[in-house]
Amino acid sequence: MTVVSIILQLLLLLALSPLVSGCIRNWKAKLQNRRGPRVWQPYLDLAKFLSKDMVISEHASWVFRAMPYVLFISTLLAGLMMPLVSAAAPVSLFGGALAFVGLLALGRFFLALGGLDPASAFGGMGSSREMTIAAIAEPALMLAIFTVAITAGSTNLTQMLVAAQGPTWKLLNPAHVLAFAALFIVLLAETGRIPVDNPATHLELTMIHEAMILEYSGRYLALIEWSAAIKQLVLMALLVNIFFPIGIATAMTPSALGLSLLWFVAKLLAVAGAVVLVETTNAKLRLFRVPDLLSAAFILATLALLSTFLFQ
Amino acid sequence: MELPSSAQLLQFALCAYAFGAVASLLALRHERAANAFGFGATTLASLCGVGAGLLGLAGGPAKAGASFELWPSLVPYLRLTVTLDALGSYFVLIVSLLALALSFYSFGYARGFYGRKNVGVLAAFYNALLLATTLVFTASNAFFFLIAWEVMALTAYCLVSFEHEKTEARNAGVLYFVMSHIGSGCLILGFLLLFQAAGSVTSDGYGFQTFHALGDRMSPGRRDAAFLLFLFGFGTKAGIVPLHIWLPEAHPVAPSNVSALLSGVLIKAGIYGLTRVLFDFLGTPPNWWGVTVLTVGTVSAVLGVLYALMQHDLKRLLAYHSIENIGIILMGLGAALMFLHTNHPVLASLALIAGLYHTINHAIFKALLFMGAGAVLHSTHTRDMEQMGGLIKRMPKTAVCFLIGAVAISALPPLNGFVSEWLTYQALLQGFGTTGSLVRLMFPLGGAMLALTGALAAACFVKAFGITFLAQPRSEQAAQAHEAAPTMVLGMGLLAAACVFLGLFPTAFLTLFDPITRQLTGQPLPAFLSRAGGLVLGNTQELGGTVSTLGMLLLGICLLPIPLVLWLFFGRGTRTWIGPTWDCGLRGLTPAMEYTATGFSKPIRMIFKALFRPRREVQREYDYSPYFAKTLRFESHIEEAFVTRIYRPLNRAILRLSRRMRALQAGSIQAYLIYIFITLLLLLIFAL
Repeated sequence: MTVVSIILQLLLLLALSPLVSGCIRNWKAKLQNRRGPRVWQPYLDLAKFLSKDMVISEHASWVFRAMPYVLFISTLLAGLMMPLVSAAAPVSLFGGALAFVGLLALGRFFLALGGLDPASAFGGMGSSREMTIAAIAEPALMLAIFTVAITAGSTNLTQMLVAAQGPTWKLLNPAHVLAFAALFIVLLAETGRIPVDNPATHLELTMIHEAMILEYSGRYLALIEWSAAIKQLVLMALLVNIFFPIGIATAMTPSALGLSLLWFVAKLLAVAGAVVLVETTNAKLRLFRVPDLLSAAFILATLALLSTFLFQ
Repeated sequence: MELPSSAQLLQFALCAYAFGAVASLLALRHERAANAFGFGATTLASLCGVGAGLLGLAGGPAKAGASFELWPSLVPYLRLTVTLDALGSYFVLIVSLLALALSFYSFGYARGFYGRKNVGVLAAFYNALLLATTLVFTASNAFFFLIAWEVMALTAYCLVSFEHEKTEARNAGVLYFVMSHIGSGCLILGFLLLFQAAGSVTSDGYGFQTFHALGDRMSPGRRDAAFLLFLFGFGTKAGIVPLHIWLPEAHPVAPSNVSALLSGVLIKAGIYGLTRVLFDFLGTPPNWWGVTVLTVGTVSAVLGVLYALMQHDLKRLLAYHSIENIGIILMGLGAALMFLHTNHPVLASLALIAGLYHTINHAIFKALLFMGAGAVLHSTHTRDMEQMGGLIKRMPKTAVCFLIGAVAISALPPLNGFVSEWLTYQALLQGFGTTGSLVRLMFPLGGAMLALTGALAAACFVKAFGITFLAQPRSEQAAQAHEAAPTMVLGMGLLAAACVFLGLFPTAFLTLFDPITRQLTGQPLPAFLSRAGGLVLGNTQELGGTVSTLGMLLLGICLLPIPLVLWLFFGRGTRTWIGPTWDCGLRGLTPAMEYTATGFSKPIRMIFKALFRPRREVQREYDYSPYFAKTLRFESHIEEAFVTRIYRPLNRAILRLSRRMRALQAGSIQAYLIYIFITLLLLLIFAL
């Protein structure tokens, strides 16, 4: 049973994640009066990258080659800990919210090392910025998760979801509204969206994620891009499933799971729409203004915590 | 055949350390013999020490407290009694484990000193330091403890200033000496308060058994005074902020095997002392003790890692990380004190376990990292990261060991740093429900700061590993580097394996904590800690959080076919080319174009500029336009706020006061006689 659910969730992660990226790109173009790439363009990109030759820097060591695998696997593992369609995540016993954050951090650690390895200044710059932004986003992320975990009485994501479906949970609880806002800002930072990073840019001095992976090509690049898409999917799932636990299947019957899947996709697309709106209506921030945004997220999370204290 | 008891093993270990010290002094003129005897004795001694520690913990409460007299007493009141109780055994295990790995490492490392420095002296002090440290953890009365403490401080001083021809080492040694003795002074005062409260003058009156739960019989004022004195005294040794200033000076200048010992074990003596005093002696704590310790821990953790990020001296960077990790340990201990106050002994056990687990984890990965840094120093003759680079190709084994240490210290799964920080998070999060007062907000906020610390540590070790080992060599020495000697690699490999073991099998190791929690909080090991046959680590509640690092690793290995299948399916017939890194159309990249360690931490320096107050000077010489400079000079400094704001003014004030005092010391004997007479009179009046 567990094996089946692991395989199903893996398929869902792998299949759905490029779609979310594709939708965001397509809708963004529509909002800017462009035709934009088709929604399934990311799938074609991945297939193209996978079937291309690779060029590897002469300065690179085994860390450079190991990185895409570590990143891909750790992101998938994080994804398996997140309840997506069924309230019970397949491997929720192996780790909850803390392990989820830890696995994403492991992937990032190696991603940054992979940026430094080919001896290019761009890679170093990207790594430095990525680690800095992650460092200041982490307390806000953790504090927002703590707020929910304290209410749920567990850091286990399945338990958090079960608590969220319970009768005492109020959607418009001020603590949850504030924590949601904090997590949304963290989502923008962690997935490299405007106003923190611009996923569309290849302008050398402004890029963060793209700078780190500048030396990657072929199937390594495919793995990295896919990991980025999966990470975006699971972070969005964290946001929608914990704060809007509507329609998530508690029984493991095909009909319940199917309905739950529809709900899940709808909620994901709603968050993707919100990201598109933010990306279109904002300009990218200067690097040293990003901490202001993230400290705003931290303050929101602190306020969420304070209101947990006040209203309970 | 009957196994030797823990006491016998300990006895043998102590003898072997003493033998090592004496033998290497006798072989002073024969450096090879000194190396073999000195570090050979350490190997034997530490093996016995590991055995003693394990037996002391696994033997259960019946065998705990094996006690014997080390030497027949020559002086009344002074009995050199050694007791191996649960807490002591645990720290003996830590020190012996590190000593074992380090003695292998030292065989190779000490060869670098042949013909330059006296290896015999190094080995002698090294053994003496280990002997004293083991005695600190096992001494069973206050007098003996303080003597061992002092010997430990003095031998450490000698090792810090081992390379005394360098001004840097001499200054660091003196600073360490002064700070260490201020700390010792506080400890003596603290023990005097305890001694007074115990109220007996028999030779057992200062034994640790009589101090047990003594705090409940003390007046609150004295108890608080004792708490503060011990926090100050042990905190100086542990390197908490703001008493840490000696640590980043003293640890880097010592030989690397000693640095590993100083950062791995010696500062843990402070943790041992605090645990012993706070949980064993001072009774049920008032709330503000726990709050203080938790705050001090949080501040140390965050400031330690922030200062570490600014360093580009590899060993100094590691030394600052020790401050950070001591902070994390104290967060666990502080939370445990708060839980004891609110009478939640099970949670207190969890928090205590988190702190103590991080103690051994930090000892192991920090020693591993210092050994790696030592191997790099040995082969490139520099500690400056800006001179390194590309070492992963020249020192592949060292690089792998250093990477394991870096992942572990950054608290990333599946290694040991992650497990102990996970336990700390669990303790902090459950703490929210223990009290209704506003104080409970400290727990999640402390957790958030722990998250910040972890993420900054990851940034710092991307820098430390990336700049040192990856990319192109930045200097001739780095390009000429060679792999460390096999014994050095063996030592590092041993600790790397320990990191992996403690990361993957935490539930197996945690069973050793049962006697410790019974001794200190009166609770057996919390239920639900080990689930699914030991595969999964849980917290104290049935539906609480769970984690399984081993499960993650195994599942990750099962997922590995996915990218390989994708490769087979799509990428058949593709080729891999080796080409130059993209150089924007220039004629090849030079090492000067790589990102530097200083550059890497620049965003952090800018974000926290209120703390660092960075200052930079740029001098350009040019003919036509500043954009085409002929020479360029760049300097960047940060302010060490504690040194410039607290210690320097304090230092100046002391000097000023001393100058005033000089007037009293006129050099005339009559004046001195008068002073003595007046003092005597005053004392008599006071006595009346």
